[in-house]
Formats: sequence, structure tokens, C-alpha cells
Amino acid sequence: MSWFDRVLGRSKPAAPDLDQLFAVPDAAVTLESALGLRPTGLGSVSFRAAEGRAFASVTDDVQALLDADAGPKVERSVDAYGYTWLLVRREPSDVAGLVTDLHAVNSSLEHAGFGPSLLCSLVGFRTSGGAPLGLVYLYKRGTFYPFAPAGEPQRDNPLELQVRGALGSDLRVEADLARWFPVWGAPGL
Amino acid sequence: MARSRYLPDRGLSARMAFTMFLLGLLFVALGAVLVYYFRGLGLVLVVGFLLAQWFFSDRLALYAMGGREVSPQEAPELHAIIDRLCALADMPKPKVAIADSDVPNAFATGRSPQRAVVCTTTGILRRLTPQELEGVLSHELSHVAHRDVTVMTIASFVGVLAGFLTRMTLYSGMSNRRGNNNGPPVFLVILLVSIVVYALSFLLTRALSRYRELAADRAGAVLTGQPSQLASALVKISGDMARIPTRDLRQAEPFNAFFFAPAISPGFSLSSLFSTHPTTERRLEQLRRISAELGR
Repeated sequence: MSWFDRVLGRSKPAAPDLDQLFAVPDAAVTLESALGLRPTGLGSVSFRAAEGRAFASVTDDVQALLDADAGPKVERSVDAYGYTWLLVRREPSDVAGLVTDLHAVNSSLEHAGFGPSLLCSLVGFRTSGGAPLGLVYLYKRGTFYPFAPAGEPQRDNPLELQVRGALGSDLRVEADLARWFPVWGAPGL
Repeated sequence: MARSRYLPDRGLSARMAFTMFLLGLLFVALGAVLVYYFRGLGLVLVVGFLLAQWFFSDRLALYAMGGREVSPQEAPELHAIIDRLCALADMPKPKVAIADSDVPNAFATGRSPQRAVVCTTTGILRRLTPQELEGVLSHELSHVAHRDVTVMTIASFVGVLAGFLTRMTLYSGMSNRRGNNNGPPVFLVILLVSIVVYALSFLLTRALSRYRELAADRAGAVLTGQPSQLASALVKISGDMARIPTRDLRQAEPFNAFFFAPAISPGFSLSSLFSTHPTTERRLEQLRRISAELGR
């Protein structure tokens, strides 16, 4: 936001950065070789639904678009904070296809003018011990951070920091740790 | 090319810019008088006072309202709402505080987004649904993003200066009255100028404050995409505000400027010209328009 816009009190909604998501397939390979984390084939997109008919019809269109191919259906849910999650399922080995599906959701929303409503995207992983880990993508920052729930309200911080170390060169990891917010019970974890 | 659903309110921006221009004009006029007669005496004092108030705004307001910073473990829901709003708006997360008061209100303060505090009272947490609370918090975060503490501190500068000058001329004019016999006494001229400047700057800062509230409403509603939740919170709170005990309210009044809804004692009717917040009707009308824009 420019200095002038701030003085006049007219902040513009932040636009999302959609492109960084395509770095996930490479990162998944790194995570598996370095830390034994395997993709689960689950991924989700979270966005803030705006009130009114326009937004509802856009979400319906997106869902219809993704359901049109042969794969499993997209699941829609609303969390406790009013954010809508679209859960996409693919074969665990097909991370590239998963990312393409997630991107389809993003670009449809952005085309309809609801890009600023995108909150985050999540790609699910499992440790060799079976513990869940979500790689969360922050649209407005164009950065990723790991979220490893260890029973609310505990997070497996050592694992998260290991993931940050392993991903260093493959992805843009969010540098401000205060923005690594927890997404308890998010679809796709 | 993706279209944007964000429509700036050009009328509001223009009114705000014009008000700021008038305040600047007043400042220049008053500054000229000051430098001419007093060689900048007193200017240093006033600047120092305002600078301190601005610099310590986060701690001052929190202390005055009895707010306490809370950790994510103490208030997980409140933190989760703010986490998500900050991620949506791409802004650093402010400190989160809760004040133990039954007055349903919330405020944001702090000299920069990095040093900001968002404080809610226990009264507002109890009364609002999570969605309405989110609307209120998005309004407060917009105050932070617009740097309203800095803007209003600078805007109030002229008024504080004029008030200071009035008192100073009254004091010094009475003590050396005899020395000046030809023409109208200088102190009377300065007194008149500073009183007029004070009155004008008072009206202008109040107008500016109202415009900035509307701007925060607009930015907050666009951020969540839920103008009706904010409207609902507004109706609930302004209805409640009239029914709460007066004692708490009087304590709260000096901090009106950064509140979500003003805490004015019941039965105390100010003309809309003097108030720091726009009328509830005006705010609801704006939110209704944004809702219609979003639905298109």
C-alpha cells in the first residue's frame, strides 16, 4: 500500500500470488528423501466466502469444474471461523495433479474478482510414524510454512523446524514465525 | 485480466484530503503567528508532548483501559481470528489484549503496524457471535493498516498548539498589560486568533476522525467480505451502549477516538458535528452499499 493510500485510509485488498504453488512437487521429493515425509494425496484451498449471490455462484462453478473429470469429488466444508475449505483428492504419488487442481480453484476465484478472499492452501503429508504434517501456502505472501499438529493445542515444533531446514532451497519459507498460524483440524491434514 | 471487486470511495477520499488540507492551512497560519511573536517558544513543548503520546500510544491506551496482553493459549479463538485476518490482509500480526470491562468495545492503538495492539473488552467477547467479532476486528486492523494513530496525532497538533497558545497569551497578557498603550494590545489579537484556530481545528479533527471511521468500516468489510456481520455488530453494540452504567463510560471517554463505537453517556446528545464517530445510520448505509457491490 502506498504512503498516499494510507494517509487517505483506502487500503486495497492484497492480491494473491498463485505461481509459487507449482514448486510443491519438487519440494515433496525433497521432503521424502530428507525426512521420510510422504504426500497423502490430499490438498485443500481455504478462502473467506463473501456474502451475496455472486460469490456463492462462483464457488458452485469451481466445484462443478473440478467434479467434471473422472476423479473423486471435491468436498466442501466450512470451518469454525467461517472459512470455506475445498478438499481435493488425488493418488498420493500424483502431487503435480493435486497442485493443478488447487490452482484451478485459485484461478477461478481470482478471475471472478475474489482473489483477495484466498487465505491459504494446504498439502497433506505423513511422517514415517504416521503423524500428520501440512505444508501451508500463504497466498498473500507467496510463502510456505509447515504445520505439524501434535494434539491441540500442541504443535510438533522440532519437526516443523526440520521441514523448514530441508525446504530451504526448494520453496520460499515464511521468514516471520508469527505468521505460521495453526490450522487445527483443517481438511487435508 | 482478473477484475477487482474493490471500489474505492472517491468522495470519502476527497473529503478527507480537503479536511487535511484545511488543517495544514490552519497550522501554517498559527505557526506564522507563533514564530512572529514568540520565536517558536512553546512549539518545542507541544511537539514533545505529542511525540511522547504517539510513541507510547500502545502502552498508554492499554494501561488506561486496564488491557492485558493475552497469549494464544489464553485466548485461542481471538488469536485464530486475528491470525487469519492478518494473513488475508498481508499485515504483521499485532499484539492481542483483553480489557476486563463490561462496556462492549474494541480499540487498536500503537505508532506503527509493527507496534500495534488490538484490544477487546470482555463485554464485546460475551455479546457478539464469532462472525460479528471478526467484523469488529477487521475494522480495528484497518485502523492499524491506515496508521490512524499517527494521522490523528498529527491532525490534533494544531488544536493542542492553539489551546496551549490561548492559555499562554491569557497568562502573559494579564501580567504585562501596562506596557502596551497604542493600538489594540498584541495579546488580544493573538488570543483571538488562537481561539478561532482552536475552534476550527476542533471541528476539522472531528470531521477527519469520522471519515477515518468510515474508511476503516469500508476496508474491514471488504477484507472479510461480510459487511452485514459488521453492521449487525454495530447495531448490537450501539443499542447496548445506551444501556450500560455511566461510571465505566465516563472513564472511557478520552479514548473515544480509537474505539469501535463511541462511549457516550446516555442522554448526552452531541450534534453530529462534534462527534468522533459517524452516526450508526450513516455507517449502516455505507455497509449496505458495500454488500450490494459484493453481491453483483
